[in-house]
Amino acid sequence: MNENLGLKKGIGLHARRVIAYTVLIIITFFCLFWFYVLFINATRSNGELQAGFTLLPSTHLLENWTNLVNGTLPVWNGLINSLIVSAGSAVLSVYFSTMTAYAIHAYDFRLKKFIYPFILMVMMIPTQVTALGFINLVSDMGLEDSFIPLIVPTIAAPVTFFYMKQYMESTLPLSLIEAARIDGSGEFRTFNAIVLPLMKPAIAVQAIFTFVSSWNNYFTPALILHDDKKKTLPILIAQLRAADWLKFDMGQVYVMIAFSIFPVIIVYLILSKHIVQGVALGSVKG
Amino acid sequence: MRKSKGKVVRYNKWGYIFLLPFILVYVVFQLIPLVNTIYNSFFENYMSGLTQIGPNFVGLENYEKLFSGGDIWVYAKNTIVLWIMCFIPQIILSLLLGAWFSDVRLRLKGARFFKTVIYLPNLIMASAFSMLFFTLFSDGGPINSLLMQIGFIDEPYKFLSNTGSARGLIALMNCLMWFGNTTILLMAGMMGIDTSLFEAAEVDGATSAQVFFRVTLPLLRPILVYVVITSLIGGLQLFDVPQILTNGTGDPMRSTMTLIMFLNKHLYSKNYGMAGALSVILFIITGILSLLVFKVTGNDKRKG
Repeated sequence: MNENLGLKKGIGLHARRVIAYTVLIIITFFCLFWFYVLFINATRSNGELQAGFTLLPSTHLLENWTNLVNGTLPVWNGLINSLIVSAGSAVLSVYFSTMTAYAIHAYDFRLKKFIYPFILMVMMIPTQVTALGFINLVSDMGLEDSFIPLIVPTIAAPVTFFYMKQYMESTLPLSLIEAARIDGSGEFRTFNAIVLPLMKPAIAVQAIFTFVSSWNNYFTPALILHDDKKKTLPILIAQLRAADWLKFDMGQVYVMIAFSIFPVIIVYLILSKHIVQGVALGSVKG
Repeated sequence: MRKSKGKVVRYNKWGYIFLLPFILVYVVFQLIPLVNTIYNSFFENYMSGLTQIGPNFVGLENYEKLFSGGDIWVYAKNTIVLWIMCFIPQIILSLLLGAWFSDVRLRLKGARFFKTVIYLPNLIMASAFSMLFFTLFSDGGPINSLLMQIGFIDEPYKFLSNTGSARGLIALMNCLMWFGNTTILLMAGMMGIDTSLFEAAEVDGATSAQVFFRVTLPLLRPILVYVVITSLIGGLQLFDVPQILTNGTGDPMRSTMTLIMFLNKHLYSKNYGMAGALSVILFIITGILSLLVFKVTGNDKRKG
């Protein structure tokens, strides 16, 4: 019935469906094309790359990779540094943001009326505008070339906090905390043993987001890390760009880019369902 | 833990204890740097050759220099132009896709697949994505050879040497990276609209275009305002993509130099006075925009 109704007025439902699919396919092409070319080019040798464009992969992936690893860029160090910083940030940010959200959600104290709106207000202030003071602070503390100034500040992550708070409102009844108290559970234990497990889905989503944004972060690490051995992947990419790149073996350049991009894509494809839902949940509603 | 008496008051001190890590870290790594940044903006402090000038207190001189220098206007304009070039296609696309995905009658198959695909670029490392575009669109790169192979052009088009195409590439990358996120936000908003309104419009014989413009769009206004302002705040922070694409030069002719790239330049050359003044200006602008977001989401909350 609906179908017939749709056909009578405006553009028919069928036509709209065709338009929708066409547009979606074009968009899909635009989203994936670059990564496909990246993959193809990472498998081709420098000579083949100079010869022109092709849609079929070649056989030089491993060769490019060995050349890159044995080259001047400390790729493995970069990978390990990126992993340390991102994993550290994800763990600290998620644990303490949940704790902050729990403080606001479960307790009634005098400063709450002031602190909650304050956190929401500073949520959007970008870190770049305090970068100058941040660099000064880090050098005063003697923490240049250290990962601490990249990991520890994520404890105060207003966006993660806000998401956790939203999630708690819908899944954590105060009566449960009350019941734990009656059973004699201490407040800290209640948080670790009862609240954290209940928050698992939200924790997973936010851990992924924090990990990825830290993995991709370029601005702050580039100001803090100067030692080649300490640099994270985005800084190495920038270094690759700054080098006289025409001298470079292009196969290696593509492998390096692929090396920074594809791990995230693979993890994303495995977890995509939760991530896409997570974005929707964290929107303005509520 | 004593459980019986004075329970509420006794427990509530834990609110402060649990807040402590956040407050401590926020004060040390955000508030103190902010104060330090503002403080530095009133001092002359830079390297002239190998000699360190300052720090000497100069009052508002850094701000005067910043605005009379003229560069800031050029870079502010670049930033806004790049944001508009990215935002307009992005919002149109997102509204369209959001409406399609949330349209029950349309029953699109594979919506999950498409949502996964459009969100994918958001998670890509901006610097690597930018480096990828730099190699793909370089004069001898794959895009040029592809265009020549299909006979579209006779000689390589210099994408990165023309203002329009250089800006276009930056806008394209940002649009690709952010339209999926915007689509999902708008879709969540559209799903929240009472379906009886759509049914009523349908009974009244409204076309899908009429439903979209007369029902969906007005009801979506709070979320749209939120999307516009947060996107503008994000746009002001534009850095990774143009920085890597142009190797920090903002070429051609500084037409892709953004405000944060300008800040980054001052930070690297250790001109802390100017960096401070520029940071304070950016802080004030983003602060005002943040207050607007705060008001919008605050209003939204009342509606549930």
